[in-house]
Amino acid sequence: MSAKERRIILKNIDQHGYGNDIDTYLEHGGYEIWKKALQRKPEELREEVKRSGVRGRGGAGFPAGMKWSFLDFKSGKPVYLVCNADESEPGTFKDRQIIYKDPHQLIEGMLISAYAITAKLAFIYIRGEFPDGARILERAIEEARSKNFLGKDILGTGFSCEIHVHRGAGAYICGEETGLIESLEGKRPYPRIKPPYFPAALGLYMCPTIVNNVETLCNVKHIAEMGGEEYAKIGRPGNTGTRIWCVSGHVRKPGYYEFEGGALTLGELIYDICGGLHPGRKLKAVIPGGSSMKILRADERFKGTDREGNNFDFALEDLILDFDGIAVSGSLSGSGGIIVMDDTTDMVDALANVSAFYAHESCGQCTPCREGSLWLKKILHRMSHGQARLEDVDLLKSVADQIPGRTICALGEAAAWPVQSYVAKFRDEFIAKAENQAAGRTNGDGGISDRVQLV
Amino acid sequence: MEDVMNLKKETLQKIDEVIPRYPEKRSAVLPLLHLVQEDQGFVSRDATEWIAEKLGLKPINVWELVRFYPMLRDKPVGKKVVRVCRTLSCALQGSYKTCKTLRDAFDCKLDGNSPDGAVTVEFAECLASCHTAPVVMVDDDLHEHVDEEKAKKIAGEILNGQPKQGGSA
Ligand SMILES: Cc1cc2nc3c(=O)[nH]c(=O)nc-3n(C[C@H](O)[C@H](O)[C@H](O)COP(=O)(O)O)c2cc1C
Ligand code: SF4
Ligand code: FES
Repeated sequence: MSAKERRIILKNIDQHGYGNDIDTYLEHGGYEIWKKALQRKPEELREEVKRSGVRGRGGAGFPAGMKWSFLDFKSGKPVYLVCNADESEPGTFKDRQIIYKDPHQLIEGMLISAYAITAKLAFIYIRGEFPDGARILERAIEEARSKNFLGKDILGTGFSCEIHVHRGAGAYICGEETGLIESLEGKRPYPRIKPPYFPAALGLYMCPTIVNNVETLCNVKHIAEMGGEEYAKIGRPGNTGTRIWCVSGHVRKPGYYEFEGGALTLGELIYDICGGLHPGRKLKAVIPGGSSMKILRADERFKGTDREGNNFDFALEDLILDFDGIAVSGSLSGSGGIIVMDDTTDMVDALANVSAFYAHESCGQCTPCREGSLWLKKILHRMSHGQARLEDVDLLKSVADQIPGRTICALGEAAAWPVQSYVAKFRDEFIAKAENQAAGRTNGDGGISDRVQLV
Repeated sequence: MEDVMNLKKETLQKIDEVIPRYPEKRSAVLPLLHLVQEDQGFVSRDATEWIAEKLGLKPINVWELVRFYPMLRDKPVGKKVVRVCRTLSCALQGSYKTCKTLRDAFDCKLDGNSPDGAVTVEFAECLASCHTAPVVMVDDDLHEHVDEEKAKKIAGEILNGQPKQGGSA
């Protein structure tokens, strides 16, 4: 653990001798907070979460307490809780650590959350590629049941709650919360139109439903323990609590690291925590929040005025690591997946790789996303396979510009943002590719360097 | 129809356990598809109809899922399914080379089976282990930092551990 890390969610994870069984968890004070929470009123717990200011860790960063306050209790319908464990945004691997190494922390967080929103039935929607993760969670649920932390009349309080594990089957769109709900209902995971289908009003089986990310639900446990006000003292206002950052790509020590909101800069993360780049390499670009987010160029400057009216002028390394700190760059911290690229990276190939992902994952409901993502992929494939044309740069931009705001879900943005930002920020490289290929200076290998093969 | 399907006793038992978990039966369709595929290696047309009947659905309600979800298969595949992560963080660390090494080792085409049908090598999208790139899943097991050398080793183990014969189903 590095000096500046503050591990709350990851506290026990990777510690010597810490297993994922219930005995280990109980030895570390497990389910004590659940027992105490059961003595309180659900609305008090909801209030604590609101006061904590905790923002969702799944991607959009929406305040969890506010989301919970939208629940339609008046409908009289059953309320459901769904844990989003679909973790599929390229560059993101934090939920996996919790599920595999500390499943009871998630179960306890879910039980407290379910009680707070008066849900008697909860599901964990886990991506299909985590077969062991699903087994680990199922075992954890059985262990918790055997101690009556879960099931009927929990610890004699009269509250009953079931949690079931539901496996996905390899479709990224199941991470989008309304697509997830459709999938859980046994249908194709076509996202629903909002409004009217906000899950808090019309969710699973058209009942009020809360969908929260794994890390968000773990945070609820710690909010219940320390109280919303204490929790809100961690991190910066609007960026409370800790956050797990996933760093991958061209750094010496890729991995997952947990910090208080605003505790360090992007530069400190890359150079101090992750050991910097490999010898002889220079930083070229960073994706700050999963591959759908806009890319940042190493030599960019980010200027503007903050909420207090102060002017700022940041280099990439100066960006402060939290929701608001990254947002000043015009990009977003999304799912916390930071992908670092050094100067060996061919940006056309990198973008071709990213665009292939979103074309593959478009559910196909909306024409701009279905057709647009596919055309972007095709153009980029051609460019990276020796047939780049000068006009491609503008063609890419014009296709990408037609997508955002014209689709049912945010996958449309996810397909467009990378293209818009790579093309704007690395325009010279896209043009040089076309010129070199026209002049026969590349041999149609897609410009793939010997070391880095991307498409 | 239970006989036609020839499902294992444990599979049938799990199917009966899973259905009542959901307030609406239809929700059990994905878990049932997983269970049938684990049992038989793929989801046949017969299986689709069987699941539909079990849950009071039309066969198309089941078939449209088989055709949508990448992990569900409508054809038999190799006894071993090797999936190489294709996405950015893994690609930056050379997963395309890893994939080629594995394909060469089993003599299979991309997204295809080995000639004897025993092994399938295909690309997968981000497997959520980007910090240990490149990663490969062999059936349910995740292998990390799979460079060309490690890929050869994995291929060797699969080839040695498995008699040469046709695929499942
Ligand atoms: C295309 C797409 C994919 C998404 N994938 C995930 C995912 O894998 N995991 C996740 O927690 N949220 C994902 N989200 C965000 C969810 O829609 C939703 O905002 C989140 O689960 C809410 O939880 P939170 O408020 O705790 O962050 C995705 C969103 C979109 C548009
Ligand atoms: S934006 Fe794309 S993924 Fe989202 S609903 Fe439309 S077609 Fe499907
Ligand atoms: S990119 Fe390969 S595991 Fe995420």
